[in-house]
Amino acid sequence: MAEKLLDWNEVLIGATIKDPGNSRSYETGSWRVERPVWNPDECIQCMFCWVYCPDSSILVDENGKMTGIDYDHCKGCGICVEQCPKKSKALTMLLEADAKGKSEEEIRKEAFSK
Amino acid sequence: MGKKVALTGNEAAAHAIRQINPDVVAAFPITPSTPIPQNIAQYIADGKMDTELVTVESEHSAMSACIGAAAGGGRVMTATSANGYALMWEMLYIASGARLPIVMAVAARALSGPLNIHGDHSDIMGGRDSGWIELVAENSQEAYDNLIQAVKIAENKDVMTPALGAFDGFNISHSIEIWEMEDDDKVREFVGEYEPLFPLLKTEEPVTHGAWAPPDWYFEHRMSQLKGLLNAKDVVVNVGKEFGKAFGREYGIYEAYKMDDADYVIVAMGSVCGTTKDVVDSLRDNGVKAGLLKLRLFRPFPYKELADVLSGAKAIAVLDRVSPAGAQGGPLFNEIRSALYDANNRPPVINYSYGLGGRDTQPVHINSVYDTLKKIVETGKVEKQFDCLNLRGAWG
Ligand code: SF4
Ligand code: SF4
Repeated sequence: MAEKLLDWNEVLIGATIKDPGNSRSYETGSWRVERPVWNPDECIQCMFCWVYCPDSSILVDENGKMTGIDYDHCKGCGICVEQCPKKSKALTMLLEADAKGKSEEEIRKEAFSK
Repeated sequence: MGKKVALTGNEAAAHAIRQINPDVVAAFPITPSTPIPQNIAQYIADGKMDTELVTVESEHSAMSACIGAAAGGGRVMTATSANGYALMWEMLYIASGARLPIVMAVAARALSGPLNIHGDHSDIMGGRDSGWIELVAENSQEAYDNLIQAVKIAENKDVMTPALGAFDGFNISHSIEIWEMEDDDKVREFVGEYEPLFPLLKTEEPVTHGAWAPPDWYFEHRMSQLKGLLNAKDVVVNVGKEFGKAFGREYGIYEAYKMDDADYVIVAMGSVCGTTKDVVDSLRDNGVKAGLLKLRLFRPFPYKELADVLSGAKAIAVLDRVSPAGAQGGPLFNEIRSALYDANNRPPVINYSYGLGGRDTQPVHINSVYDTLKKIVETGKVEKQFDCLNLRGAWG
């Protein structure tokens, strides 16, 4: 959802936001240097990662089962990996460049050309 | 009918808060404002008000709790002084940025160091750019009247900005004066019911307060906030008139005391204005055209109105109850002088620091200011743009 940039006399008083949850439109995933990679075969569905993720980036289905990671918002902090009882098996940190099969130089250029 | 009482300025503030009966008061004791929350606690214990009093562990927490309660949709008040006000610092900006019409009584006091608990304007002048409306009282009556009006000013839909009602620590906060306390129900009727704009507790219309505004939003929000603060100027005048109708004491943004034909003018705020009025009266008895411009509204600063009323003077002295702290002069001096820059007639303006840390200012000192103004007019020369009143040793 692209937001319209309002003029000073159009913004809501006190920087109040009337459509709560609109932080979804702000893609924090672009800040990431490393990303967590999920291996569903090793995952025991304990949901520790979901509880600890500060950015609500652990994707869950209607049955409350983990289904993956929301890379549009995951900032790559690594907390989920740290908390995962099956860490380095169910969740592993991987360099963003390696995950995308690009050099770090190319990744940097992409970030700065935005 | 109101009744005449003999009580301190702090008691005047506490009674105003009792009569307003806000939803929440969150406060931490600090001299000289301590008797305000103390009396409120007593009124609540005695069943005279039903405010939720939040006793917090610091002033930073006091203002934080006020912000939370106000965002929730409550009418919120608090009181503080000096270092307590300074500890609220970052939260003062958040309260005004979130447009929460919190009203605070400030018994104005010097900031340490050296350690000092007595009256001056270091606190409210330090926080002058935090986006709050600032009203300054001359005496207990005004301290009481200003707090009642501040609620109505802050909560006005075009304003929605926190306001502080300041009165000089000890000179007013701890002095017993005779003033008129209005009836509880008349005060409550005057302030009316508060309708918050976006209360968090109205869960059927969920909102977010305190979200972050990145570089493409922050500037617009800050200017929107400024508009609310600037709107307060006309609202202060209107509420002052309404107050006059309801209680017989009308207020404006300033009081022009014997200003009509005044040649020699002092501009000041707070309790020193009482002393200055006495001096003006005796000078007038001797045929000297002295006048006093007592400023009541410091923020938003009514520069146009002040330039109009001051440009007829032949010489002006601005009294600041703070150190200039490295500026060309005190904050009141700088803003008055800047306001006069665009006036057709630009009288010479000098500046004094006075009353720091509770230093007494007596008629003899105010007389010396008028003498200096007369000399400036006679000689056409300003010898000292800045000086101090009742300081040991000649400044400069
Ligand atoms: S790396 Fe951090 S932000 Fe990303 S999913 Fe894990 S906990 Fe969430
Ligand atoms: S913490 Fe690890 S094991 Fe638990 S649900 Fe998340 S990925 Fe699976």
